[in-house]
Amino acid sequence: MPRGPQPGSVPKLTKEQKAARRGVLGRLVKYVGSRYPVQLVLVIICIFVSVICNAKGTAFMQQLIDVYILPMIESGSTDFGPLLDGIKTLIVYYAIGIITMFSYNWIMIFVAQGSLRDLRNEMFEKMEDLPIRYFDTHAHGDIMSIYTNDIDTLRQMISQSFPQMFNSAITIVTVFVYMLMMSPTLTGVTIAMILVIVFTTKVLAGTSGRYFRKQQQALGAVNGNIEEIMNGQKVVKVFCHEDEVMEKFNELNEELYNNAYRANRLANSLGPVNAQLGNVNYVICAVVGGTLALNGWTGLTLGALVSFLQFTRSFIMPIMQVSQQFQSIVLAMAGAERVFTLIDEEPETDEGYVMLVNAKEENGEIVECKERTGMWAWKHFHKAEGTTTYQKLEGDIVFDDVDFAYNPDKTVLHNIKLFATPGQKIAFVGATGAGKTTITNLINRFYDIADGKIRYDGININKIKKADLRRSLGIVLQDTHLFTGTIADNIRYGKLDATEEEVIAAAKLANADGFIRRLPQGYDTVISGDGGNLSQGQRQLLAIARAAIADPPVLILDEATSSIDTRTEKIVQDGMDKLMHGRTTFVIAHRLSTIRNSDCIMVLDQGRIIERGSHDELITEGGKYYQLYTGKIQNA
Amino acid sequence: MVKRILQEIKEYKAAALVTPVFMILEVAMEMVIPLLIADLVDKGVEQGNMSEIYRIGGYMLICAVIGLFGGIMGAVYGSKASAGLAKNLRKAMFENIQTFSFENIDKYSTAGLVTRLTTDVTNVQNAFIMVLRMGFRAPVTVIVAMILSFKINGRIASNFFIAMCIILGFMTFVLFKTRPLFETLMKKYDELNASVQENVTGIRVVKAYVREAFEKTKFINGSQGIYKAATTAEKMIAFTMPMMSLVVYVCIILISWFGAHFIVIDGTLTTGELVSLFSYCMNILMSLMFFAMIFIMVTMSVASTKRIYEVLEEKTTITNGENPVYEVPDGSIEFKDVVFGYNKTAERPVLDHINLTINSGETIGVLGGTGSAKSTLVSMISRLYDVNEGEVLVGGINVKDYDVETIRNQVAVVLQNNVLFSGTIAENLRWGDKNATDEEVRRAAKLACADEFIEKFPNGYNTHIEQGGTNVSGGQRQRLCIARALLKKPKILILDDSTSAVDTATDASIRRAFREEIPGTTKLIIAQRISSVMDADRIIVMDDGKVNDFGTHEELMARNEIYKEIYEQQTGAGSADFDKAQEGGED
Repeated sequence: MPRGPQPGSVPKLTKEQKAARRGVLGRLVKYVGSRYPVQLVLVIICIFVSVICNAKGTAFMQQLIDVYILPMIESGSTDFGPLLDGIKTLIVYYAIGIITMFSYNWIMIFVAQGSLRDLRNEMFEKMEDLPIRYFDTHAHGDIMSIYTNDIDTLRQMISQSFPQMFNSAITIVTVFVYMLMMSPTLTGVTIAMILVIVFTTKVLAGTSGRYFRKQQQALGAVNGNIEEIMNGQKVVKVFCHEDEVMEKFNELNEELYNNAYRANRLANSLGPVNAQLGNVNYVICAVVGGTLALNGWTGLTLGALVSFLQFTRSFIMPIMQVSQQFQSIVLAMAGAERVFTLIDEEPETDEGYVMLVNAKEENGEIVECKERTGMWAWKHFHKAEGTTTYQKLEGDIVFDDVDFAYNPDKTVLHNIKLFATPGQKIAFVGATGAGKTTITNLINRFYDIADGKIRYDGININKIKKADLRRSLGIVLQDTHLFTGTIADNIRYGKLDATEEEVIAAAKLANADGFIRRLPQGYDTVISGDGGNLSQGQRQLLAIARAAIADPPVLILDEATSSIDTRTEKIVQDGMDKLMHGRTTFVIAHRLSTIRNSDCIMVLDQGRIIERGSHDELITEGGKYYQLYTGKIQNA
Repeated sequence: MVKRILQEIKEYKAAALVTPVFMILEVAMEMVIPLLIADLVDKGVEQGNMSEIYRIGGYMLICAVIGLFGGIMGAVYGSKASAGLAKNLRKAMFENIQTFSFENIDKYSTAGLVTRLTTDVTNVQNAFIMVLRMGFRAPVTVIVAMILSFKINGRIASNFFIAMCIILGFMTFVLFKTRPLFETLMKKYDELNASVQENVTGIRVVKAYVREAFEKTKFINGSQGIYKAATTAEKMIAFTMPMMSLVVYVCIILISWFGAHFIVIDGTLTTGELVSLFSYCMNILMSLMFFAMIFIMVTMSVASTKRIYEVLEEKTTITNGENPVYEVPDGSIEFKDVVFGYNKTAERPVLDHINLTINSGETIGVLGGTGSAKSTLVSMISRLYDVNEGEVLVGGINVKDYDVETIRNQVAVVLQNNVLFSGTIAENLRWGDKNATDEEVRRAAKLACADEFIEKFPNGYNTHIEQGGTNVSGGQRQRLCIARALLKKPKILILDDSTSAVDTATDASIRRAFREEIPGTTKLIIAQRISSVMDADRIIVMDDGKVNDFGTHEELMARNEIYKEIYEQQTGAGSADFDKAQEGGED
């Protein structure tokens, strides 16, 4: 079966990569084998039996002429009894052959699909546990393509290539044995021809592989261009730049065509070339075999020759199949490699042990309880003494001389010291890249600090279980991400068991209730594609509602209202104020009006806090904040 | 639909037509060879005639060479035709997308269009070469093999015929049954992929809300759904191979039994012919299997074909009228009772009976809440969308009467979601005017206050912009986009919230430059910051799709509640941001 260009590249391989790739194959086999050991053994047995039965059938043709027909002609007998018996045996073989073939096909479905399901699940489970850093350093398109292209090549590999390769291997061995038994000389001839086939395959596949790699590069360039232009299509229209854009595209498209044509031309020639080499082999065997049989050399009979010729065809066939599977196996190996690389990624570590529990106060003591009380406590288990203490969650956060770097050679935060007492509103202001968002990413441990300490209610946050730490923090991010589902589902993301009333209350708090009710299905309106059918501002309102329903003691608002116009913001502000009441809140905002009433404002510049204080204090101070606030900027 | 796709074959039509011819040549040789084999066995081997073996063997070699020629040529031309079709399809789609109006563009998602141009085209390409090479090969093999079998022995050949019918019937049944199953499967795949996509892009939200376990459960359920759908569909397929084998085996048994009778009793069949019959039997059934495979591939590419067809057949909703006007007299704008809705069936239109008159050279501010239809209002002017009712006049002429390119060149819009393209800064700016001199480019950049930071880049105007403009800051990007629009030297300039990431001081100097340098150009400035519109000649206050008020700052302060409210909220508290002109801090 010819294979056209495949998405997912065939990268140029070094020796080590080739070795690694073979390792991947072993791992894949092991992966499937450890999950379905019984089934795989059954499959192997079934394939084996079915191949034997098939070979028996082919061998029958030798007997048909040699054992039944020729003696009957010679003796002039018309007794078909022996032939009938022979055919009865044949029917038994065939019946077993079909049953086993059906069995392994049937079992393989479950083995292949089951393995793929497990691989997919494992990939996803691993992915969810990966640190944010992974998502920052890997293009989202690349991650996606592991789930789509790479898994797809694996499906082909497991469900088709594996059984077929195995089938071919057994066929080759069995037929080889039969051939050897019939005529070692002719077998030698066939083997010589097979070497020729292997050689041509190698040459053709190698050359076409080079073009396939070029084709992948060209495909990448075309895809990149398409993506860029489609993204900016409206700009193209506004500038009437259609012709220029077309010109560039045509150039890349032509290049892709040239490489695709060359690569496929060679790859598709492989089949016919091998098939004709098979025919040549047939002729050579016939000539050599005929000479042998006529001269009575090596004891080759006429029937054996006929049967042998039949065998050479069933011998060449699996070899051709293997050679044609080659391309897809190379692709699958590359895919498997990427799948396993994702699975092998180092997950986010969590050495925390302090847990967040619901609590209530009984006789002045904090006691853990099951139900939601609105009161939370840190459950601190002291290993040394074997005791457990509870500490009320307050929302007190302290940064003690914190340094941080995304990569070790470029520190982005220097000596950050700050404290927020429960219920305070702390604001960060500063230019893009000053490190505002980075600070908030440290509180919820999306990233771990390089130096210094962050304490939460006096506990080093490294000691708190990440899940519990994050559950105590509500975050509204600059880029709102919504999930496919209804509006209500999306709000409920903050609290999975929220009642309908709670959802509506949260929406009202965020001032989202109004627009939601105007949607065709209200709260049951399904949003898809990251909320593409909602405006940026509406999505932010939903994100605020989502944070509100989670009811966390500490809030982080990262440009939460940047896409909401000031007029709407003012209305949302009331809700926000309600939301922030009694909670420690970290606010990042461009608009100074949003942060004016903060308890403390931190002015950041290139990773350092350069000013801090309340609005009034900073205004009196007359520094950078003052300049910005009053708009009296002496241009730097 | 398929016909429309095949129209794109164009210059590769010849290649597409000769491919099956070569394939038939190959098949013919493949068919002749078993005949020769029969001869070889009968006349050569059985008669002990070595010269016959050489002679027939020689014929076989010739046939093999011809077959090889046919096969290779088929591969070459088939590859050419399919790669060519793919190229032309991509080109045709791309070309048609370039004619799309905004309304057309809104219909498709970017990701959707990219998939259509890439994956879908690849699917069609693969299916096409399959049809060209195998699609002709298989039926021809079947027919030729059938004819030859009948020639050898009609009674045995009729068995083949019956067997073939059984297999065809069975295959049709299986395909019929599995097709809806595979469609369900594909849908489930899409859903799962969408869910992965959401998790990849929204990972921060997932982690912030500690919803990893929740997402995992959701995913595992989806994954199990695929497993179920896939196994259900494939179970049907699992019957095919054994079924085919069964038929093949029955044939072999029948040939053996009757063949032996014909040879021994009637003498109407030779042993050599018997061997040929065996190989024809195999040939026919193998071809049928190939045929089934092609059918499955084609079925799978039907969805892709449909998606490509949609793009190819999408007709632009905005076209030139008869005798278009190529000259825009001046920059005056008039809205006459304009009604517009993105969705024509919606109850409430987005723009609700708008009446406005703007003089040439005026600077107009547009203010209003989220969703008040500010952007929609201005997109009527350069005919990005067509009005549903009423009319928009530019320079006293209905925008629909202009040549589309003329009106768009004279009305420069800096879109809210603006993008830069990969290339140098100068190349990007020259989008506005590809023949602009370096001096003109620099002047436009200066006007947009972009020159100051461009000069600070090591390579100045030759600095390379990454795809999507990711290597310049938001404020810098906006200024470059403004400069690009200025190079068009338009009669009307529209800034749709285009300075939101630019600090107030720079914003003010851009507006000052506009006032001083291009006084004749009508300027419409949409903004959320009141300081950006305050000093405009007049200000439009939009509210809920209607013009709430239109007047000077002083007038509005005196009479308009909304305006006053915004003003009071924003002044007193400066809405400056910190992305000020400290370029050193930006990277």
